[in-house]
Amino acid sequence: MNEMREKILTFIEKNSRVSLKELAIILGVEEITVANEMAAMEKENIICGYHTLIDWEKTTTEKITALIEVRVTPQRGQGFDKIAERIYNYPEVTAVYLISGGYDLMVILEGKTLRDVSNFVSDKLSPQESILSTATHFILKKYKDHGTILAKKSKDERMLVTP
Amino acid sequence: MKKLLADKVLDIKPSGIRKFFDIVSEMQDVISLGVGEPDFDTPWHIRDEGIYSLEKGRTFYTSNSGLRELREEICRYLNRRVHLTYDPNKETIVTVGGSEAIDIALRAMINPRDEVLIPQPSYVSYEPCTILADGVPVFIPLQPENDFRLTKEDLLKAITPKTKILILPFPNNPTGAIMERRDLEGIAEVVMEKDLFVISDEIYSELSFLENHVSIASIEGMKERTLIINGFSKSYAMTGWRLGYACGPEELIGQMVKIHQYAIMCAPTTSQYAAVEALKNGDGDVAIMRESYSRRRRYLMHRFKEMSLPCFEPYGAFYAFPCIKEFDMTSEEFATRFLHEEKVAVVPGTAFGDSGEGFIRISYAYSLENLKIAMERLESFVNKLRSEK
Repeated sequence: MNEMREKILTFIEKNSRVSLKELAIILGVEEITVANEMAAMEKENIICGYHTLIDWEKTTTEKITALIEVRVTPQRGQGFDKIAERIYNYPEVTAVYLISGGYDLMVILEGKTLRDVSNFVSDKLSPQESILSTATHFILKKYKDHGTILAKKSKDERMLVTP
Repeated sequence: MKKLLADKVLDIKPSGIRKFFDIVSEMQDVISLGVGEPDFDTPWHIRDEGIYSLEKGRTFYTSNSGLRELREEICRYLNRRVHLTYDPNKETIVTVGGSEAIDIALRAMINPRDEVLIPQPSYVSYEPCTILADGVPVFIPLQPENDFRLTKEDLLKAITPKTKILILPFPNNPTGAIMERRDLEGIAEVVMEKDLFVISDEIYSELSFLENHVSIASIEGMKERTLIINGFSKSYAMTGWRLGYACGPEELIGQMVKIHQYAIMCAPTTSQYAAVEALKNGDGDVAIMRESYSRRRRYLMHRFKEMSLPCFEPYGAFYAFPCIKEFDMTSEEFATRFLHEEKVAVVPGTAFGDSGEGFIRISYAYSLENLKIAMERLESFVNKLRSEK
């Protein structure tokens, strides 16, 4: 069954809009099998959501993304989890990772303007006791996101008919 | 002025695909299902090795039979995938695509009037290459009721005292048919009994969906009477790199190298460096592409079933070969009307031999999104034809 799960996940990771019926056809199994596995994986929180990859740069909506390196003092008995929670509960935070190396947490933040981000860092992050230091990096251009090259417009350049 | 051209060249028919290509190129917004090459880009790490070799200034000739490192990797690959052991020095040659290997193999073996058995439908170059080498092509029509596999009986019927070579093109372009071990055993028996030699064109060997590909050379007694032809085009999506290879008995490879050295010198050096990387680190890419083709194959089969279009299940390559006999038109008429009325290009089965009549080749080297649109159009076309009757 694990192999089936892997096949489902590999496919829907790139195309979550596929219907259950279609997914069953292309994987060569019964629709009910796919439906059951998907439901189970949703329940087990293996499938955590079905998102859409958007290149906001091509829209008129203002958006800015920042990567913030955060060094923290882990808390007794709770390690990094407690402080991570304090950060990830902010809705403007889109991702928080515990990182090995020169700092501890990587926080990804989305805001409308530079000011939004700097306010967040100065008002919400830095004042927290267990946070030792932060370093904020603004994303200037997204080339590739979630395995998809954003700039590239793929065009079939093959000859139309070949042996 | 003396007559400029050779009669035997003039006698060669222009390829049926070419004719169709000319019609398609004139049209706008055509969805093509007519391509015989992968839709994937060559995996980046392979391209990167090619680029690196250029940066390093590796722009010289290689030895005639190919980079030694590449020949060694080819032999390691064949050992790993089809359990055959070849000597990289004496039994291996790197060629300009599988097509060159077909050409020089036939030229190295054929004496005038030797007969070459060509199962059809199959790839378009076996017949002209045989004729150019002064051989006589003898066609074996593959039967739809055998899922287009070659049977012992069909083979026996075609053998004459002049028969020398059997071409074995599986997994097959255009039908998608494969030969399983038990099928090959029957063929091997006849080949040995009748003292024939096999040119086994295994260019689609990595695209076998039922079980791992079996080479006829791995059947006992067959290695010394088989030339394996393979290449990088289909398995690693490297068609434009023009790189293939052949492995077989030293006696034959030696003579093929001789033709190759005078006609070609050596296969492209950049491609050879990229191919080393493909064989060393490309197994994972091949598996991903195979899985992707298989999904599309299942989708097509499902759609054919929904529109009641008969098609045997193809277990190899990236083609399906549905039967269009119910519409009482030739496959060329069908393909031409389909193109004009629905703007989808498929290739008439007859482009691959007369026995392809009544069938069309549908390539699924296209994204699922494309296939979906094309299948909707095929369905409406088929329904229209049925209502016309």
